[in-house]
Amino acid sequence: MTEATLRVESLQTHFFTKAGIVKAVDDVSFSVARGKILGLVGESGSGKTVTGFSIMGLVDPPGRIVGGRILFNGQDIVGLSEDRIREIRGNRIAMIFQDPMMTLNPVLKVETQMVEAIRAHADIDRLTARNRARDALGQVGIPSPEERLDAYPHQFSGGMRQRVAIAIALLNKPDLIVADEPTTALDVTIQGQILYEIQKLARETKTALIWITHDLSVVASLADEICVMYAGRIVERGSVDEVLDRPAHPYTAGLIGSVPSRNAKGTPLVQIPGVMPSLLNLPSGCAFRQRCARADDACAAAAPEPVGARRQVRCIHPLTEVA
Amino acid sequence: MSGTPIIELRGVSKRFVKHLDAAARFAAKLGVNVREEIVRAVDGVDLAVRQGEVVGLVGESGCGKSTLGRIVAGILPQSEGEVRYRGKTQAERSASERARAALAIQMIFQDPYASLNPRMRVADIVGEAPLYHGLVDKAGAEAYVDETMRQVGLDPGFKRRYPHQFSGGQRQRIGIARALAVQPEFVVCDESVAALDVSIQAQILNLFIELRSRLNLTYLFISHDLGVVRHLSDRVVIMYLGRIVEEGPADALFDKPNHPYTVALLGEIPRLDTRKRVFAPVKGEIPSPLNPPTGCHFHPRCPHVMARCRIEAPALREIAAGRKSACHLNEAQ
Repeated sequence: MTEATLRVESLQTHFFTKAGIVKAVDDVSFSVARGKILGLVGESGSGKTVTGFSIMGLVDPPGRIVGGRILFNGQDIVGLSEDRIREIRGNRIAMIFQDPMMTLNPVLKVETQMVEAIRAHADIDRLTARNRARDALGQVGIPSPEERLDAYPHQFSGGMRQRVAIAIALLNKPDLIVADEPTTALDVTIQGQILYEIQKLARETKTALIWITHDLSVVASLADEICVMYAGRIVERGSVDEVLDRPAHPYTAGLIGSVPSRNAKGTPLVQIPGVMPSLLNLPSGCAFRQRCARADDACAAAAPEPVGARRQVRCIHPLTEVA
Repeated sequence: MSGTPIIELRGVSKRFVKHLDAAARFAAKLGVNVREEIVRAVDGVDLAVRQGEVVGLVGESGCGKSTLGRIVAGILPQSEGEVRYRGKTQAERSASERARAALAIQMIFQDPYASLNPRMRVADIVGEAPLYHGLVDKAGAEAYVDETMRQVGLDPGFKRRYPHQFSGGQRQRIGIARALAVQPEFVVCDESVAALDVSIQAQILNLFIELRSRLNLTYLFISHDLGVVRHLSDRVVIMYLGRIVEEGPADALFDKPNHPYTVALLGEIPRLDTRKRVFAPVKGEIPSPLNPPTGCHFHPRCPHVMARCRIEAPALREIAAGRKSACHLNEAQ
């Protein structure tokens, strides 16, 4: 097996707030290989975005990575100096955010922002950088890229803006892209276009991709592997087919049941009772047990450890056995 | 099929006009080419909803679905056309009848954070309208609020709390309780589950289904999420840039879409059971409603575009029993 582009081992990112310690990411492990797409799925507050931010070195106080390793091409990037992180971030690892209006500077032309990103990492002249920026815009399907370089972000539609954000992420041909809900704010037909571009790019450039989303259906058609997060932990992990066709964790099964297209029309959806507990006040043992139909006393006693190697589940009463 | 539809729209249009300010009017007098900007958010829509039916209204941003929902709910006046509730327009009613008709149509909004007054307690949010409209007296108000809250799965013990003390899903329940408190017959749900997490969304959808049968409600369910609409709706209406492009029973429409836009839209839905598919997206963007394309609004993006589509807007015609579509292709065959 070749070395994974990114290997996250027992990552713990905690936030030290006045109200107590919030374990936003608690013992998370996964890896992505070259040219593969990993779907990181979870609901709000599950820790999926903080996981992405931890990889990017973007966790701000009161948050801190308190444990574990993030191996990027074999090198641990946790605790690197800010200068070293800057060499990697935006260059070897890039991020695409949910809201492109938030990531683009509204008072700078697209060209300025793109050229800046190129020249921060490579010693080349302005014109070469501009040409590279133009090619990147063309690559993500923006019509007449030469003229669009001189436009400001507000002159683009939402879908086009997200394409610009993707183009910026691609500028330095990164080895890894972390995409945090990049299509959530977009319309269905525009989402289709973005997914098409992303898929093409992952195939052509062999970039490893982490796709963070709450939408199982998007991941189903895009990803190779899925990690399902709940209350700061990965509760289930496996290939798309394994996780979606034979979910082992009751939470995963509940999530799949909640998607309307899987249920007979007009009948009640399979629902997960209750809401995700506050990370400040997690129940003892398994964090999901209060919403779980299979929970018993054993679940309250201790938090379940992950079972299995590549395919993994954190449950002592899994729906299917995981080897 | 029998009887008058509970809601009937005839040729309803809504125009938003940006009037010229003094300086622009002056410039226009001097011969500068400035004009009033008009957005035709809704353009000649005919729609009938029968008692007990759930009609799903689908479209992308800017297609006018929310505007249409607001016109139906009586929040926005239409620019043209008429809205009939049980066969009569509001103008044909007496004052007291008009108030009763307005109460019978309620709306549940998208954002459970923005649609609740943060400075009111839940008991007042839910209890204000029925008290004002005389559905309950002061003595009975408290018990009535308790009962309404229980109906939507909220613990009445929380009624002294403020909206910020609830989670997103619970707030949406408060919004539903507020709408139900005046005992409506018809509820317009505008993207009412879009802001919620999947597992919470399922809880709210289940609540909608349960309330429908328990209270004999009729819904106009507005959403961009085709999975949700298919699950809930009896009939589906697809809008594109202010016009209805296709209409029909949910199953028939989803199984055999007729309009090229519907075909494209259905093709784009990511589904759980399609794995590793190659996306083949529709080209182009949604045009601005300020400056819609001539003829059929969809023609710049349509794979089957003909010369005629650029000039003439297709009418919404019946293509099978209960199914309508607005496409020139249907006549060519």
